[in-house]
Amino acid sequence: MGLGLLALRASRTSLLGRSSSAISRPGFESGNPNFNLVRWIISTPELQKPEAATASEPAAPPPPPPRTPVGGARVHIEKPEDAIEVFVDGYPVKVPKGMTVLQACELAGVDIPRFCYHNRLSIAGNCRMCLVEVEKSPKPVASCAMPALPGMKIKTDTPIAKKAREGVMEFLLMNHPLDCPICDQGGECDLQDQSMAFGSDRGRFTEMKRSVVDKNLGPLVKTVMTRCIQCTRCVRFATEVAGVEDLGMLGRGSGEEIGTYVEKLMSSELSGNVIDICPVGALTSKPFAFKARNWELKGTESIDVTDAVGSNIRIDSRGPEVMRITPRLNEDINEEWISDKTRFCYDGLKRQRLNDPMIRGPDGRFKSVSWRDALAVVAEAAHQVTPEEIVGIAGKLSDAESMMVLKDLLNKMGSNNVWCEGNGMNPQADLRSGYLMNSSISGLEKADVFLLVGTQPRVEAPMVNARICKTIRATKAKVGYIGPPAEFNYDHQHLGSGPQTLQEIAEGRHPFCSALLSAKNPAIIVGAGLFERKDKDAIFSTIESIAKQAKAVRSDWNGLNVLLLNAAQAAALDLGLVPESENALETAKFVYLMGADDVDLEKLPSDAFVVYQGHHGDKGVYRSNVILPSSAFSEKEGTYENTEGCTQQTLPAVPTVGDARDDWKILRALSEVSGLRLNYTTLGGVRTRISTVAPNLVHMDEREPASFSATLAKPETQQKMSKEDFGVAVENFYMTDAITRASKIMAQCSASLLKK
Amino acid sequence: MFARLASKRLLEIRQIFNQSPSQSSRSLSTALNYHLNSPDNNPDIPWDFNAKNKEKVREILSHYPSNYKQSAVIPLLDLAQQQHGGWLTVSAMNAVAKVIEVAPIRVYEVATFYSMFNRAKVGTYHLLVCGTSPCMIRGSREIEDALLKHLGVQRNEVTKDGLFSVGEMECMGCCVNAPMITVADYSNGSEGYTYNYYEDVTPKRVVEIVEMLRRGEKPPKGTQNPNRIMSGPEGGNTTLLSNPTPPPCRDLDAC
Repeated sequence: MGLGLLALRASRTSLLGRSSSAISRPGFESGNPNFNLVRWIISTPELQKPEAATASEPAAPPPPPPRTPVGGARVHIEKPEDAIEVFVDGYPVKVPKGMTVLQACELAGVDIPRFCYHNRLSIAGNCRMCLVEVEKSPKPVASCAMPALPGMKIKTDTPIAKKAREGVMEFLLMNHPLDCPICDQGGECDLQDQSMAFGSDRGRFTEMKRSVVDKNLGPLVKTVMTRCIQCTRCVRFATEVAGVEDLGMLGRGSGEEIGTYVEKLMSSELSGNVIDICPVGALTSKPFAFKARNWELKGTESIDVTDAVGSNIRIDSRGPEVMRITPRLNEDINEEWISDKTRFCYDGLKRQRLNDPMIRGPDGRFKSVSWRDALAVVAEAAHQVTPEEIVGIAGKLSDAESMMVLKDLLNKMGSNNVWCEGNGMNPQADLRSGYLMNSSISGLEKADVFLLVGTQPRVEAPMVNARICKTIRATKAKVGYIGPPAEFNYDHQHLGSGPQTLQEIAEGRHPFCSALLSAKNPAIIVGAGLFERKDKDAIFSTIESIAKQAKAVRSDWNGLNVLLLNAAQAAALDLGLVPESENALETAKFVYLMGADDVDLEKLPSDAFVVYQGHHGDKGVYRSNVILPSSAFSEKEGTYENTEGCTQQTLPAVPTVGDARDDWKILRALSEVSGLRLNYTTLGGVRTRISTVAPNLVHMDEREPASFSATLAKPETQQKMSKEDFGVAVENFYMTDAITRASKIMAQCSASLLKK
Repeated sequence: MFARLASKRLLEIRQIFNQSPSQSSRSLSTALNYHLNSPDNNPDIPWDFNAKNKEKVREILSHYPSNYKQSAVIPLLDLAQQQHGGWLTVSAMNAVAKVIEVAPIRVYEVATFYSMFNRAKVGTYHLLVCGTSPCMIRGSREIEDALLKHLGVQRNEVTKDGLFSVGEMECMGCCVNAPMITVADYSNGSEGYTYNYYEDVTPKRVVEIVEMLRRGEKPPKGTQNPNRIMSGPEGGNTTLLSNPTPPPCRDLDAC
């Protein structure tokens, strides 16, 4: 883009500098189409007769030196006899059987232009941009749809291939509006880039361009359908990955358009990904529309904390503002998709923020004070109660460092009543296998039968759901679901809604048992919503007996999984944030809420002193006496462990708001003020402390599987399962925590997309 | 210099547009590629195959393997269209989607692709004028004009009595008897449904055909030129008048 602009500018200035007679010179006529009376594409004779051009070349040019594969593409050939050798531009490359010509070219280090081809979607072969020349083939072949054959001689840089691409590009641009200056895709547009690299500098189309009515796909995706080049990536994404067949290709010929036919919003929790896969500006982000250009943004590689999956994201910021969130590739966790909540919750980071320490005065109103005063008040209040009356609750979005410091501080105060919300009052933190997704998220692809117990993955963890959906599409795996009626985007059997069904399966009386027992790799996924139940232990022991019968836990396969709900849960259990007594909250006099908003504070005695430390003025603030502002995940460096036990960290993308500080720093300062000095002062110090408690939490980007299986050495439980049905853990997918509840976009989504 | 060149170019562009005034308005067989709710066409209107056609649906489905039910989409849409008087409502398409167990959008895709599926109301007799080159050269524009003028409607518009509508079709393979029109006759439901060609028509003859249809008569199908037999030449054969001589063959007896 930049080069093209420069070239244009250069030619224009030289034009103005010369006398008018210079215009008639042929060089200038071809350089500036405005002055041509008839527009044509100047073609060289070699392009017209490629055979002649190739014939005149020397007989055997030396093969060029090997190139590095595109984007670090690697291939693993399982059986050497399945490998075939093809020649890309004369350079031999070994590829496994069944690979396409395009993939072979990528391995050989040649980037083939493409629009419709996407390596995670089925092959459509309709954009024709990937045409290459193959020796002995009468015409250029679409490399994305052509399987590589032994000894194939592929030529990507010949006049035929170049002419083919140029021609395709001209056709694609025929009906494409030239509105790049007002298009949000500008700067990251495949069509823009590829037309610069492979297209002609002029077109011959003089008729009217077609116009297409824009579609309403909901509050997230903006459509400008005249820009669409009919690559059908979005249609294939919706069908294959998101599992909602809403989009389709309507009409034929030049009247073809993408749409839903009937007025329908895109009812998928992954709909935002069509923005990324759209190669042009037809589908763009509605909240991000006209807000910024992509080259103004600073990208920070971070992770998502709105659910327990820990999707890898890039936070794009401009100055102090988060402008948008886009996914990062991580094959083991989110592939290259993220959920709509992850992508669009960012406007919640700018609203309802707490920016000053505040104390509630005798009149019940909050008053801004200095940090010194606020901490002194908190320390004073903490000293006035007995250690048993002190309670600390970590919130859904807490990082491991702050939870460690919270636990250390409360322990120093003499209390061990510290837990993380969502884990229930009686969490099982001894064996990691009891609260992790043991078969790992990518490992779910190996499963052939799924049993979902009290979990609705579509709303609890859309990326895990996408994995299950992918597995089912690929292998026709069966899914059994126990829980309240819920929406799924794949075929499933609703077995029952409560523990009774579970009992039936455990006793082998249920028809689903045969599928479960004959499965090679059965995967049982238990929802973390069950953690809050009184009969949790009984339920888990029943599930374990089912797992034992189905041989779900073996040395080579561990199919007994727990799907957590919140980003903080796994790390909290790793760090041993377990309450000492089950009814600590009823007798508490000093409650330290570290971003905990969904705790039932009704039970709290009315004279209890509540400190709320967090970044949003959410539910927790209403009952609090002191507010300590802290930084959100986009503003701090924090460690999070996802549901499969993979440790990852967020990095600060933007500065904190107002006078807010990192969670662990506030707690460390409080320890100083209250005279219980903790013996670390840096983040590194905190991490060293963490490594003594949970060493896996300092190994970044590594998944630490549980070493013992839960079926080992577990005391028999005396509990009985109640008859009460399993509940819904996530009522509103779009609003689950302080950030998403503050987000306007998420509010729009829940208003328009959730079914009443 | 600049101004002169620019004005010349502008003139040229203007000429290009003047030459092709119809460029801006494309004519498709039926309406839009998206659906707009109307009182007689919205997803809330219940629609199902009638008892007789349910039998036919079963018959059609039996042609395909049970795991490839979606292959039956075109015959089923056709059946639904015949049952519904020549056009498909959204609910009819939804009913087809239900029968073949696919998402409704997959049926919409097919129905919008084929121009013989009408997604807007048509008359009991849907008159389709071939507009492809051979017929156009032989005067299909005049045929259409005559029809439209006689019926007093626009293209794709239904007459007030609901009997006729005129549409355009691409080549129906009848070029030897150009120009031609097709009449899709929905007057007798899906049992008596006919789709007849009227060939060698003239502006006068099409009006006669329309009037015959209005009276409930059945105009003779095929060529309307009394001097032609089917697609034979006018006034009898001009070639191949004698018995063809057999190809030369060696004398078998001589062997």
